[in-house]
Amino acid sequence: MRALSTNLAAGDVAFGAGISVASLRAGFGEHTVLKDLRVKIQSKALTAIMGPSGCGKSTFIRCINRLHEETPGAWVRGSIELDGEGVYDTTVDPVELRRRVGMVFQRPNPFPNFSIYANVAAGLRLNGMRKRRMLDERVERSLRRAALWDEVKDRLEKPGSSLSGGQQQRLCIARALAVEPEVLLLDEPCSALDPLATERIEELLLHLKREYTLVMVTHNIQQAARVADETMFLLLGELVEQGPTSQLFTNPRDPRTESFISGRFG
Amino acid sequence: MVMTTLDLDETNLDTTSPPRRAAKLRSRPIGDRAFDLSIGACAVVPPVLILLFVIVLAYGAWPAIAEFRWHFLVSAAWEPNPDKEEYGALPFILGTLISSILALALAAPIGISVASFISEVVPPSLRGLLRFVIEILATIPSVVYGLWGVFVLAPWVMNHLAPVLSKSLGFLPFFSEPFDPRNMLCAILILTIMVLPMIVSVSLDAMRSVPISYREAALGLGATRWEMIRLAVWPSARSGFIGGCILALGRALGETMAVTMVIGNEHRISQSLFAASDTVASTIANQFAEAPSDLFTASLIELALLLFLITLGVNLIARLIVRRVAIGGAD
Ligand SMILES: Nc1ncnc2c1ncn2[C@@H]1O[C@H](COP(=O)(O)OP(=O)(O)O)[C@@H](O)[C@H]1O
Ligand SMILES: [Mg+2]
Repeated sequence: MRALSTNLAAGDVAFGAGISVASLRAGFGEHTVLKDLRVKIQSKALTAIMGPSGCGKSTFIRCINRLHEETPGAWVRGSIELDGEGVYDTTVDPVELRRRVGMVFQRPNPFPNFSIYANVAAGLRLNGMRKRRMLDERVERSLRRAALWDEVKDRLEKPGSSLSGGQQQRLCIARALAVEPEVLLLDEPCSALDPLATERIEELLLHLKREYTLVMVTHNIQQAARVADETMFLLLGELVEQGPTSQLFTNPRDPRTESFISGRFG
Repeated sequence: MVMTTLDLDETNLDTTSPPRRAAKLRSRPIGDRAFDLSIGACAVVPPVLILLFVIVLAYGAWPAIAEFRWHFLVSAAWEPNPDKEEYGALPFILGTLISSILALALAAPIGISVASFISEVVPPSLRGLLRFVIEILATIPSVVYGLWGVFVLAPWVMNHLAPVLSKSLGFLPFFSEPFDPRNMLCAILILTIMVLPMIVSVSLDAMRSVPISYREAALGLGATRWEMIRLAVWPSARSGFIGGCILALGRALGETMAVTMVIGNEHRISQSLFAASDTVASTIANQFAEAPSDLFTASLIELALLLFLITLGVNLIARLIVRRVAIGGAD
C-alpha cells in the first residue's frame, strides 16, 4: 500500500499508470451491469469508452477509483490492477486510491460556496497542505494545466459557481489535477457543454494525455475520433471491441461496432 | 378590512373587462392581474397583523408604560403591595434570553451532529424510521415534557448533575451553591431537549437535499466520509442549519408550560444556574389569573409586548445573519 500513496512534497509531474482489468463483474443488488470485463488501458494515453446509454460505461470507470462501491447496494468482483497493484486488494485504502485516480464528472460540480481558489485547493488541504505559499503555487500550476488560469487569475476569490459551464468543468479538472493523480477518469465531461467549451476541453485533453493516463467516457463518436488513442466499445456490460481509435473507426472487426459507429444504436 | 379591499379591486377588474383583442399582446390576461393583486393583498396581511398586535398590546399596557417608562426594562422589582406598587421586567427578560440562548447553544451542536450521523452514516433503510421517531418527538405536548422535567430531570439535576458541576466548576459564579430544587439549569436542559427534534429534522432535510454530485466530488478527490461531510455537505446545508436554529430559538423564547414547571418561578436575578428563576412567558402564565390591580394587569400585558418584540428582534437578527452567510460563502 505504501507505493500507492501520493507524495505531495515532490513538486514534479506524476507519472501516468497503466490499468489492467480482469474478469470484472459489477452491479447493483440483483442487477448485474458489467459481465466479465477484460481490458488493458495504456499509460499516458487517452482511452475512450463508448457504448449506448446504460451499457455500464459509468459503472466501469467508477470501479477504477472505487467510487462505485459508495452507492448503496453496489458490488464488485474481479480485479483491476493499477501499475501492477490490485486496486481491490484488502490492503488498499480507497481514500488513498482516489488521490491517485482523479475523476471529472458529467455535470461540472465545483463545491458550492467555495471560491475558485478554495475549489482547487480543496484536495491539497485534504492532504494536509497548509502553507499559503505552497498552496498558491499549486493552485496556479493546476489552473494553468487546466487552461483556466488566464481567465480566472484576477478573481480567484469569486465563487466557483460564478463561472460558465465550460469554465466550471475546467475548474473541476484543475481541482482533480491539483493533487497530482496518475490517472484521470472523465465521465462524459463535455456532454453538458456547448461546442466551443467542448473544443477547449478537447484541446486540454490532448495536452494532458502526454502526462496522465486518461480514461474518458464519451457519447460522441467524433470526439473519440479527435482525441482518443485507444477506443473500447461496450455493449450490455460486455466488451465488444478494443483497439487503436483509427483502426476501430475505419476498420471495425465486430459488426456491432460498425453499426454503432454508423449510428444504428442509441 | 383587507378582504373588502380585495373584493373592491376584483369588481374594478371586472368592469374593465373584456380585454380588447388588439391590446392582447401588451396587456396580460385578466386572471394574471387578479392573481398579482390578491398576492399583493396577502403580502400586506402579515405586517398589518403585526402592527395591530403591537397596538393592541401597547394600549393594554399603557398604564404601566406611562407609570414606569423605561424603568420597567431595568428594574428588578415585582411588588404588588398597593402602598408601594412597582413592577420591573429585567429578571424575566434575562431569564428568557439566558434560558433560550444557552439551550440553543447546547442543542445546535448536538442536533447538527445527530442529523449528520443520520444523514451520512446510518443506512438508508434505517434513516426513514429515525426520521419518523424524531418527528414524533417534536409533536409531544410541552406539558408532558414539563411533567417529565419535574419528576425525572429536576431530581437528577439536583442529586447528580449539580453536585458534579459545582465540584468541578464551582469557582465560576454560574455554578455556585446553593441548589434550588427547580432552577435555571433544569429550564435550559428541558428547552434543549424540546428544541432538539426541530433542529435535527430541519438539518436532516437540509443535508439530504445536498446533491449526490457534491458528495462524489469530495469522495473522488480522496476525502474520507468525515471530510466529505465537512467539504461538501455542511457548506451546502448551512442555511438550513441556521434556519433550524432560528425556529428552535423562537420556540425556546416563547416556550411556557415546560419552563414554568421546572424553573422555580422566582423573580430575582442570580448569576448561578442552580438558582430558581423565571422567564417572561412563564411569569405571564403564572400570574394572569390573580389581578391585584389594574397596574399589575397592565404590567403583565407589557411583559407580553416585550416577549413579542424580543421574538421579533431575535428573528430579524437571525435572518440578517442568514443573508450574510448566504452571500458570504466559505473561504
Ligand atoms: N445507483 C444505481 N442503482 C441501481 N442501478 C443503477 C444505478 N446507477 C446505474 N444503474 C444501472 O446500471 C446500468 C448501467 O448504468 P451506467 O453505468 O450509468 O450506464 P452508462 O454510463 O453506460 O450510461 C443501467 O442499467 C442503470 O440503470
Ligand atoms: Mg453514464
